[in-house]
Amino acid sequence: MKLAIIKYNAGNIQSVLVALERLGVQAEVTDKAEKIKAADKVIFPGVGEASSAMNSLRQNNLDQVIKELEQPVLGICVGMQLLCEHSEENDTTCLGIVPVKVKKFQSGKELIKIPQVGWNTIYDLKSDLFKNVPENSYIYNVHSYYADDSEYTIANCNYGLEYAAAVKKDNFYGVQFHTEKSAETGDQIIKNFLELL
Amino acid sequence: MLAKRIIPCLDIKDGRTVKGTNFVNLRDAGDPVELAANYAKQGADELVFLDITATVERRKTLAELVKRVAHTINIPFTVGGGIKTVEDVSVLLNNGADKISINTAAFQNPQVITDIANTAGSQCVVLAIDTRQEEDGEWYVYLHGGRTKTNAKCFDWAKKAVDLGAGEILLTSMNHDGTKAGFALDITQQFSDALPIPIIASGGGGTMQHFADVFLKAHADAALAASVFHFKEIEIPALKTFLAKQNIAVRL
Repeated sequence: MKLAIIKYNAGNIQSVLVALERLGVQAEVTDKAEKIKAADKVIFPGVGEASSAMNSLRQNNLDQVIKELEQPVLGICVGMQLLCEHSEENDTTCLGIVPVKVKKFQSGKELIKIPQVGWNTIYDLKSDLFKNVPENSYIYNVHSYYADDSEYTIANCNYGLEYAAAVKKDNFYGVQFHTEKSAETGDQIIKNFLELL
Repeated sequence: MLAKRIIPCLDIKDGRTVKGTNFVNLRDAGDPVELAANYAKQGADELVFLDITATVERRKTLAELVKRVAHTINIPFTVGGGIKTVEDVSVLLNNGADKISINTAAFQNPQVITDIANTAGSQCVVLAIDTRQEEDGEWYVYLHGGRTKTNAKCFDWAKKAVDLGAGEILLTSMNHDGTKAGFALDITQQFSDALPIPIIASGGGGTMQHFADVFLKAHADAALAASVFHFKEIEIPALKTFLAKQNIAVRL
């Protein structure tokens, strides 16, 4: 199986690559359109700020490449947010693949710290991405922005409000949390993605 | 529900884990990668590596160690020591670190907090503050691993750093560090209640009840300790079970 990790100016590419190596999976980190298109599966990582990440994609024409992918694609953290329509982070127009808005956490009635940092539980798990993952498993989060709950949600999480911890539309999957840093639960989700048809 | 985090800290000197009392009298505490793997297995929520020699010796990064750690563990880790620039941060992130912590350099050049936040995101900027309560009752910022006193009050500096883009604060009380007499509850609570970002309490954790106190009384988001974990005076699974029994949300 050919696995591509999209290379652009965004943080956790190395963490994702290393996580795959720990699981004994080879992946190629690339910004070459033909290699990304030819891969069986694509991981779209991301840590950092949405508008500079989008600019980095556009500079390399990767925004168009990603939109046209037909194989399973997994966006992680900011990668997931960029799959969405728009992010409040510096008013960024994202890829628009999953028609969902990305908003900033607000401390309201329930006082919350922003960013959400740490281990929280996911529930209402709906896709093969969560095969063998028990309800209310802990996953690791580091984020100030979240995707709105919608018909595309395949896992929920609660931090001051209920939001989409994971989304799916067609062949595009996105997880807000860091699968590559979520201990055994994260490893299982990565394995599940690799086994998706 | 978001869990309270238990964070073992590994102070690194010349590639080895060391631990001292009140920042001096360093003792060897083992190989950092082995320790890291062991902590991850035991249920540590996160790890922090601080190169305590970095600022003095101007050593740039722990890139090699970071790479080995990243290949070994499946939980997040933060790396600090000697970080001054956005480039320093990129090297560490590219080698697999999840966050960086910055201390002296941020105090001397606060703009770097914003620069890192703008390029890598606030979430990876952990501002470390070493503070000591003086006879006047005020908590002052110390630099260079606790060797240099400043006239800045630590809460003022923390507030400014939040505005500049810090994503978390690692607050170490030098009065408590190494004493095993409990965390600095007052200053930790002041930080936790008044600042909008997560606070990691550090210094003084000696018993399981101290950890419960820092979560329940001081409202810390995470608690960090070194020697009690290194020397197995407190085992992480037992600590988490203890905390869960007091209705503190922990990842079991």
